Amino acid sequence: MGVDNFPPMLVLRRRSRPGEWLIQGFLLLCALLSILTTLGIVVVLGRESWLFFGDEAVTLSEFLTSTTWQPAIGHFGVWPLLNATLMTTTIAMLVAIPLGLGVAIYLSEYAAPHVHDFLKPTLEVLAGIPTVVYGYFALTFMTPLLQNLFGRETVEIYNTASAGLVMGIMILPLIASLSEDALRAVPRSLREAAYALGATPLETSTQVVLPAALSGISAAIILGISRAIGETMIVSIAAGAGPSFTLNPFEAAETMTGHIARISGGDLSYNTIDYNSIFALGMTLFIFTFSLNLISRIIVERFREVYE
Amino acid sequence: MLIENPLMEARQVTLYYGASEALRDVTLQAAPHQITALIGPSGCGKSTMLRCFNRMNDLIPHVRLSGQILYRTHDLYHPDIDPVEVRRKIGMVFQKPNPFPKSIYENVAWGARLNGYRGNMDELVERCLRQAALWDEVQDQLRKSALALSGGQQQRLCIARTIATEPEVILMDEPCSALDPIATLRIEDLMRELKERYTIIIVTHNMQQAARVSDYTAMMMLTDDRAAGTIIEFGETQRLFTTPSDRRTEDYITGRFG
Repeated sequence: MGVDNFPPMLVLRRRSRPGEWLIQGFLLLCALLSILTTLGIVVVLGRESWLFFGDEAVTLSEFLTSTTWQPAIGHFGVWPLLNATLMTTTIAMLVAIPLGLGVAIYLSEYAAPHVHDFLKPTLEVLAGIPTVVYGYFALTFMTPLLQNLFGRETVEIYNTASAGLVMGIMILPLIASLSEDALRAVPRSLREAAYALGATPLETSTQVVLPAALSGISAAIILGISRAIGETMIVSIAAGAGPSFTLNPFEAAETMTGHIARISGGDLSYNTIDYNSIFALGMTLFIFTFSLNLISRIIVERFREVYE
Repeated sequence: MLIENPLMEARQVTLYYGASEALRDVTLQAAPHQITALIGPSGCGKSTMLRCFNRMNDLIPHVRLSGQILYRTHDLYHPDIDPVEVRRKIGMVFQKPNPFPKSIYENVAWGARLNGYRGNMDELVERCLRQAALWDEVQDQLRKSALALSGGQQQRLCIARTIATEPEVILMDEPCSALDPIATLRIEDLMRELKERYTIIIVTHNMQQAARVSDYTAMMMLTDDRAAGTIIEFGETQRLFTTPSDRRTEDYITGRFG
């Protein structure tokens, strides 16, 4: 049978396969498109930032050191905005990292299969909620809650704590889900080795599985931080409008993203210094997230393949 | 046959993975300071049987076991028994070397520390590595990653790590199947030395290995309905290999099986 079903001639000559070429070209195009987009963004950000810093009212040293951002009177110090971004991000990560890791360890090491199969999709639904919903959740639930806990006179209506906490809740499933994938990827044989030595489940997960999954977990955390830095809607709604330099998380402050969103939504005319300033902020944001990505790459590279 | 005063004993053990039966009515004894080998074709439940002795099967969901696993006078599957404590007394070496992605030193020290070892750790690490016949090769590189070692060295490190928790029994699940013949012979020599201090139960695919190192051998096979594994013959290794009483054992050890 078998052989008789093939054409009788043995032909080994190279054939042209136009379909292969077409697909390959298309895929290359997709890859190039995203690279070109990124390049385009960098070019635009760079050009407008150049114009901004070229203006005589602005100096780079003021931008980097001053704690006043008042475009109306020509003060362009990035610190009030940067500080608000760092505060909301820190608060968010204080929520998202421990809780996210806890969830991940529970799901991968403790949860029975049917519990896992129910919890993980549920958690991922949490990641699909639009950020505007989270924003109003912060404003109408978290802020009153904080006010009840710490007193109305301490907690302003708009404050970075509320926005940060809710942002943490939003990022939690991202960190939990990615970390769980990393934990699951740790070979069973390592867990068995630990158990066979008389380790408890807690000792096994914290001292053997967690260190082995460290590269994936740190990548998840960095991704979470990038997400927190770039988050706009929640902070626009709940953190406050108007740059102010404060270290008190119960006071209103405006993050870089929140400021960009507010200013660009208004009647900003092209090529004014205000207009250019938001590109400088965009550039700062870009540098931040880009460095974080770079750091995560280095971390992953360093810890890669710790287990076979 | 029956052994007087066995250290470990399986009595009429039947085990299910979910709905499928893996072991049926297995009875087996392991004499102290002897090596007991489990041999038999693939898929007949040798590893499953071995994993009953330190409750390693607990890690697999939906496992049910009936019958008794006795260690001295304790029934290991009694509800009052803590599997963590069981595994501290009954260690295990796996088929594929699985050192932790930590340093050589830490691989040995980790388990001992968990088990509350308070003595001089450097001394313990050296003693265990010497017992596992690995010290001479690694004494200058204790801080290096265990994953940098060869497969045979890794397996000896796993043995050293097991010894460090001071178990009384060591279970070995085809410890040489991933190793070359020279590394295999080293592990076999090591097993002969270790039985002075420990009781060893080993699963092996390699009949010559069973004949070379073990004192007692259990021949496992699928039951006639091919549903589950069971022991068809158990006895002193020398007797079992020279005058097997079961026709199937004879066919298997002479290579006529199947």
